Amino acid sequence: MKENIAFQKIYTKLTRITKATCSVKAADIGYEELALVNGRLSQVVKIIEDDVTLQIFSGTEGLPTNAEVIFLGKAPALKVSDDLAGRFLNAYGEPVDGGPALSGKELEIGGPAVNPVRREQPSFLIATGIAGIDLNNTLVTGQKIPFFADPDQPFNQVMATVALRAQADKIILGGMGLSNDDYLYYRNTFENAGALERIVAFINTTEDPPVERLLVPDMALAAAEYFAVEKKEKILVLLTDMTLFADALSIVSNRMDQIPSKDNMPGSLYSDLAKIYEKAVQFPDGGSITIIAVTTLSGGDITHAIPDNTGYITEGQLFLRRDADIGKVIVDPFRSLSRLKQLVIGKQTREDHGQVMNSSIRLYADAANARTKHENGFDLSEYDNRALGFAKEYSQKLLAIDVNIDVTTMLDTGWELFAKYFSPAEIGIKDEFVKKYWPQGSNN
Amino acid sequence: MPTKGKVKGIIANLVIVEADGPVAQNEICMIGMDGTELMAEVIKIQNNRAFVQVFESTRGLKVGTEVDFTGSMLEVTLGPGILSRNYDGLQNDLDRLEGVFLKKGERNFPLDENAEWKYKPLALKGEEVVAGSWLGEVTENWMPHKIMVPFKFSGTYTIKWMAPSGDYKINEVIAILADSKGNEHKVTMVQKWPVKLPVKAYRNKVRPFRIMETGIRVIDTLNPMTEGGTGFIPGPFGCGKTVLQHALSRQAEADMVVIAACGERANEVVEIFTEFPELIDARTGRKLIERTTIIANTSSMPVAAREASVYTAMTIAEYYRSMGLKILLLADSTSRWAQALREMSNRMEELPGPDAFPMDLPAIISNYYSRAGYVILNNGNSGSITFIGTVSPAGGNLKEPVTESTKKTARCFYALSQQRSDSKRYPAIDPIDSYSKYLEYDEVKEYISANISPDWVDDVIKTRDVLLKGREAQEQINILGDDGVPVDYHVRFWKSEVVDFIVLQQDGFDVVDRLTPIARQKFMLDKILGVIDTEMKFESFDQVASWFKKLINLFKQMNYSSFKSDEFNNYLKEIDQMLTEISGR
Ligand SMILES: Nc1ncnc2c1ncn2[C@@H]1O[C@H](COP(=O)(O)OP(=O)(O)OP(=O)(O)O)[C@@H](O)[C@H]1O
Ligand SMILES: [Mg+2]
Repeated sequence: MKENIAFQKIYTKLTRITKATCSVKAADIGYEELALVNGRLSQVVKIIEDDVTLQIFSGTEGLPTNAEVIFLGKAPALKVSDDLAGRFLNAYGEPVDGGPALSGKELEIGGPAVNPVRREQPSFLIATGIAGIDLNNTLVTGQKIPFFADPDQPFNQVMATVALRAQADKIILGGMGLSNDDYLYYRNTFENAGALERIVAFINTTEDPPVERLLVPDMALAAAEYFAVEKKEKILVLLTDMTLFADALSIVSNRMDQIPSKDNMPGSLYSDLAKIYEKAVQFPDGGSITIIAVTTLSGGDITHAIPDNTGYITEGQLFLRRDADIGKVIVDPFRSLSRLKQLVIGKQTREDHGQVMNSSIRLYADAANARTKHENGFDLSEYDNRALGFAKEYSQKLLAIDVNIDVTTMLDTGWELFAKYFSPAEIGIKDEFVKKYWPQGSNN
Repeated sequence: MPTKGKVKGIIANLVIVEADGPVAQNEICMIGMDGTELMAEVIKIQNNRAFVQVFESTRGLKVGTEVDFTGSMLEVTLGPGILSRNYDGLQNDLDRLEGVFLKKGERNFPLDENAEWKYKPLALKGEEVVAGSWLGEVTENWMPHKIMVPFKFSGTYTIKWMAPSGDYKINEVIAILADSKGNEHKVTMVQKWPVKLPVKAYRNKVRPFRIMETGIRVIDTLNPMTEGGTGFIPGPFGCGKTVLQHALSRQAEADMVVIAACGERANEVVEIFTEFPELIDARTGRKLIERTTIIANTSSMPVAAREASVYTAMTIAEYYRSMGLKILLLADSTSRWAQALREMSNRMEELPGPDAFPMDLPAIISNYYSRAGYVILNNGNSGSITFIGTVSPAGGNLKEPVTESTKKTARCFYALSQQRSDSKRYPAIDPIDSYSKYLEYDEVKEYISANISPDWVDDVIKTRDVLLKGREAQEQINILGDDGVPVDYHVRFWKSEVVDFIVLQQDGFDVVDRLTPIARQKFMLDKILGVIDTEMKFESFDQVASWFKKLINLFKQMNYSSFKSDEFNNYLKEIDQMLTEISGR
């Protein structure tokens, strides 16, 4: 951050230093204003009379009490223009790709919310080819949805696949605590797909200071708002990993002696996360921001404050799971949910979509019960065996993440499996649809 | 001299103001900034320092900024034209705010000052009136909207002058009242009321006695709500709280619905904005939007205004209740409001209660719920506010302060179960944990007996018992295995599944199934109890399952067909045949 700092008052007496913050006596300072403390970027988080507390993004290691504090008179901002496309930037919005400095007007990050009456109801289906998503958890533009995943699951691969198939005008990647390998994976994948000119990336890797991550989602979403509002483009924002973002929030709030609530997270976690995810929006003129995020779980625990608050904010969640039966990773049909799917199911897809989806999940659940029964040493009924057969094939042909077919093929596959394993009465679908779609030549 | 002050400290949206004169708790003050004003509410006073919560972002605010205290608490503006409007938590008309993004400090007058209303007087010159008395009437959308003596008027007044019938704007004088000392007071169609104070312009509150039909079977049949009743819907994320509230807002038998979208998703409000102008209220044939007012303070809108939003909604409901109307008030989610209180209390470094919520949270919640109710107005008419809030317990664990505090005060408990929702048994209301205390009210039982059937309450208790027995049977089957239990256990389990699939589960997205009038609910329950009472003979548990699956499928097809249509009757015939065969063997 090199700014024109002439004529600015320099303060040199820090009164307090903690691991993430320092305090200085100063006057005429705006709340949330940026400052440089010995060149380190920081932001005002508390003012009591002339006592100003600054949060230092890169940490306070080695900071002396006589450090130079220069206030910049503005909140964090990103320079936006069409030249953003194709750029790789750090958490401050500075190039890390060796390219020229950004130009364009400065857009404050973390800006105000969209007036709800200026939103449009999301209604464009995002086709990913993955049936675990398109059939059971259909996504739409303007939606916000995270993957809830254990750290060892291939969520970055699935996200990259989804991003490339989604037909977005721009893909904006916000990487928080991304390992260097994963960073390079994204870069290479996008490059190989010839998509680099559609990418804007804000990258904070594991090597960067954790508090810097706090800027990444707001930077990514400011860029998204620029393209969605001013250029009316369809923007897909990928945020990975939001758990590391929340961890950084707790570092800061604990350093500020706030009373932690559940799991040592700040009491404002819900609002903090909502402010980010609610940037997802469909505008009436066609522009949209869709957010796909990753929230890593520890030991699969979704009651931890981070996934829990996330679940209360996002429009569903996607779970990945390894299915031992078929030896592949699948999108778990039980715990995954896209809450906006009903806006497009049966409307932009075939009329039987809703019922096929629900029945196959119910039958898959019957198989899960049968498996439990079997594990507990009980005999399986004839029905149980059919359900198990169905589940395996359903998993293989539809749930696996390497599936790439269109929705109509997914529905036809569903009916084929119904007919192979069940009678119409067992699937519990409206007669009208059974008459129309039950494959010819099978029983009934 | 109005009190002035200066900003002394800023911690997010908590601002410390040094005041030069008297300040009242909950007083509103305005903080000047960049040519606009930020609105704030006093939440604590210490010597000459007022701690105020700012309803907007404080980004860029500086110490030393001037503050003007207004002398009044947060008030809403009440008058014709509130119906069909979309307000934010502070009653700004969202449709009339400029631009795509909400701008700091932007406010507007919540009513249309230029609209003309066809007014007709209801009271006569010389009549004695009190706060809330009906002076006249205009027609709002299709509802008679009473113009009342302002709630702030205390004591008895005599009508000195009444405007004749005609077209008036809201700020025109429609009556002049004289107080006991002979001072004259002009009354227009608009009045203001502080949101944190309950409107008490009625004679008395009575115990709810009348069922409020919702068309949702698991509510109407098993856990009925009453006019003027209270209830809450706790549940983990994604279990269906909002879907259920939206169904209530579309279907419940109310004159007016006030929806407070408090700290939840903007897209969910957009859904209402989009659908309600299209959807028809089956009872009146009118568009749903005509009976609805939305208070939208969604999660990324300023946090402090979340608290205001639920009070704004309640005050609007109280205003319409005073006109003798049946109001349904919904708030999604009351937990977000409690969290806003928690954020503030933490910033003020107050001694925290359980889970860092403020110590007085239970009192705040119970005061709020107690503003609902069925009232007899001073003129003998009645009005009601039925309030149903959602609760979003952290980690889905019901042992947390907001759920526990609400449970103490709300009379209906609609617990959403993760397990039911995971297995897509919607609406996921747990039939065994949930309850409606109103089923124990003598006045409710009397009402049911006269209006549904004298056997109804017993039938409901019997139905619950079937579910309970079914659950026990299922547990035994799980422990001992399918053939480790008598076939009878399977029958018991499957009978409870019939109740589950046909009464409890309801397809909220099917045009027929989603709304079941009480007469149809009664017809179906009788039919199902007929199944329950049928003695059945099966040779093996396999046979039980396949027979019941077929039966359930037929019943489900019935639920999807219009009541007593040919289709419906044909399924019924098939069911009767199945029952005759299975018992006659
Ligand atoms: N009655 C229903 N019929 C069909 N689907 C339902 C029903 N209720 C809920 N769902 C499904 O569950 C999803 C989540 O429901 P809903 O938004 O009401 O949850 P919620 O409890 O309000 O969650 P949160 O606390 O996160 O707001 C819906 O989008 C829908 O897919
Ligand atoms: Mg909800």
